[in-house]
Amino acid sequence: MLKEITLGQYFPGKSVLHKMDPRMKIILLTCYIVFIFFTKNYISLAIMAVSVLGVLTLSKVSPKLYFKSVKAIIFIVIFTSALNLFYGTGEPIWQWGVLKITQAGINTAVFVAVRIIALVLISSVLTYTTSPTDLTDGIEKLLKPLTFFHIQVHEIAMMMTIALRFIPTLLEETDKIMSAQKARGANFESGNFMNRIKALIPILVPLFVSAFRRAFDLAMAMESRCYHGGDGRTRMKVLKYSKYDFMALGVLTVIFVGVIVCNVMLPVTIRTGM
Amino acid sequence: MSLLEVKNLSFTYGTGTAFEKKAVNDVSLSIEQGEFIGIIGHTGSGKSTFIQMLNGLIKPTEGQIFLDGKDIWENPKKIRKVRFKVGMVFQYPEYQLFEETVEKDIAFGPKNMGLKDDEIKERVASAAKFVDLKSELLKKSPFELSGGEKRRAAIAGVIAMDPDILILDEPTAGLDPRGRDVLLSQISSYHKSKNNTVLLVSHSMEDISQIADKILVMNKGNMFAFDETKKIFSKGEEIEKIGLQIPQITKIMIGLAKRGYKLPTDIYSVEQAVNEILRLQRV
Ligand SMILES: Nc1ncnc2c1ncn2[C@@H]1O[C@H](COP(=O)(O)OP(=O)(O)O)[C@@H](O)[C@H]1O
Ligand SMILES: [Mg+2]
Repeated sequence: MLKEITLGQYFPGKSVLHKMDPRMKIILLTCYIVFIFFTKNYISLAIMAVSVLGVLTLSKVSPKLYFKSVKAIIFIVIFTSALNLFYGTGEPIWQWGVLKITQAGINTAVFVAVRIIALVLISSVLTYTTSPTDLTDGIEKLLKPLTFFHIQVHEIAMMMTIALRFIPTLLEETDKIMSAQKARGANFESGNFMNRIKALIPILVPLFVSAFRRAFDLAMAMESRCYHGGDGRTRMKVLKYSKYDFMALGVLTVIFVGVIVCNVMLPVTIRTGM
Repeated sequence: MSLLEVKNLSFTYGTGTAFEKKAVNDVSLSIEQGEFIGIIGHTGSGKSTFIQMLNGLIKPTEGQIFLDGKDIWENPKKIRKVRFKVGMVFQYPEYQLFEETVEKDIAFGPKNMGLKDDEIKERVASAAKFVDLKSELLKKSPFELSGGEKRRAAIAGVIAMDPDILILDEPTAGLDPRGRDVLLSQISSYHKSKNNTVLLVSHSMEDISQIADKILVMNKGNMFAFDETKKIFSKGEEIEKIGLQIPQITKIMIGLAKRGYKLPTDIYSVEQAVNEILRLQRV
C-alpha cells in the first residue's frame, strides 16, 4: 500500500554510478539540468537525450523503476506539451477555428516534453544510486562555504538525514495505525467531505504522538552518545573523489562542449527565454 | 459447519516488485465455536499476515475464508461487518489510542457499529471490567495511563465490540512478567465467561500451552502443525527442530523418557509432570 511509494528511494548496487562521490553527482546533475535548458536545436537535444539513456544504462537499475518515475509525471508532460503545441507563432500548418499548429509550436512541444522527461530521469538516477546519508553528506560538504554567512549547514543536513531516514518508518506506522482503526470499524472510504476529514483524526493523533515519541527517543540517544552538532566532528566514511568521478567529469564536459558547439554552429530551432 | 473455515489461504506482499514475498502459503484449517487457539511461530513466519486476513484487513492473494459458512469477500462492501464479528487486537495496540478520554476511546468501535448511547455505555463498562480498568481511569486521557494500562485500554476497545471471534497479536509483548501473567489470565477468563472463540498469537510456548485448547504452529509461511495442545507436545522434538522453544517441563519429560523412564512426553504443565513421576514411583 503506502510502502510502494518510491519517494527518493535508493537501490543498492555496485555500478560505477554507485561508486561515484555524491558531491560530483550533485554537481554534474546541476550542470546537466542547466544544459538541458541550453539546448537550442534538435542535434543538441539529441546529444542530451542520448547521454541520459547512457547514464540510465550505467546505473544498472531496473528500467521498470525509471518507467515508474516517468509514469508519475506523464500527465504533466502531455499537458504542457499540448498547451505549447497550440501556442506557437508563425505560419499555421494546420488550423481549426482558433486552434492552430505551427512548426514553432511543434518544436516547443517536443523540446518541453524531452526536457521534462530527461530532468526526471536524471534526478531519479541520483536518488536511485545514492544512499540518503551519502546524499546529505554530499550536500553538507557542498554547502559548507555557506557557514561563512552563519548558516547552520551541518544542522540542516542532519535534519535532512533524519527526515529521509524516517519517511519509510512513518509510512509503515501510518499503515499499521490505519489497519488498527479499520479493525475497530473506522471508515475512510465513504461519507462526505467533512466526515472524511474527521475520519483522519484517529490516524493523525496516534501518528503525531508516535512521531514525537520517536523524536524524543532519538534526541536522547544522540545526546547520550555525546552528539553536539558539527564542530570538530570527524567522519567514519570520508568522501573522496575517485577515478570514476574524474571520468564522469571528463565525459560530461565533452558532452556539454558538444552542446555549446551545436548551439553556436547550427541554426537555432527554438527560442526560449533562456 | 465450522465457525471459521480457511481454504488454501496464501498471501504475497508486493506482487510483481523486487520485494515480492510470500508470507502465507496454502494454509487450510477450521476453527469451531468456543475454541481457544494459540498461534505460534518465529518472527516473520506469517502469523500476523495470516490473522489479518481472517478479519478482512488484507485480501488473500489465493484461497477463501468462510465465516459462518459465508465467504467473507463475497461482497466486499460488507467487509466492515466482518470486522465487527472478528475483533482484532494488533501488536502494541496502545499506539492506536487517540481520544480525549479512555472511555471515549473504548467507545470508538461500538460507535462505528452504530449502537445506541445506552448500549455503548454498557459495553464500555463491561469491557473495562474484563481488563480490570478502574472506573476513575476511564475519565483520564489515554496518554496519562501507564504502559500496561494503555495496553489493557486498547484491548478493551476491541472487546467492547463484542466480537464472535477475538484475535490478539502478541498481546503480552513488552510487558513485565507480572503484567504478562495478569493479562493472560484476564484473556482466559474473558474467554470462559463469554464462551466465544479466541485466537492468541504468541512466540512463547510456555504462555500458550497453559491456556490454549489447540495450537497452530507456523513455520516460514506454512502451517507446520495444527492440533490439540496435548498432541502438539507429543511432537515436541519436531517442533524443537524448527527452532521453536518447547516448555521446560516438556523438555525434562522428553529427557527422562530418553533415559529409559516410562514417562509420557506430551506433558506441558508442572502438575501433570509431578503426577506422572509420582505414579512411576508407586509402580
Ligand atoms: N507490509 C508488508 N510488506 C512487505 N512484506 C511484509 C509486510 N508485512 C510483513 N511482511 C513480510 O512477510 C513475512 C511475514 O510477516 P508477518 O506476518 O509479520 O510475520 P510474524 O507476525 O509471524 O512475525 C515476513 O517475511 C515479513 O518481512
Ligand atoms: Mg507479527
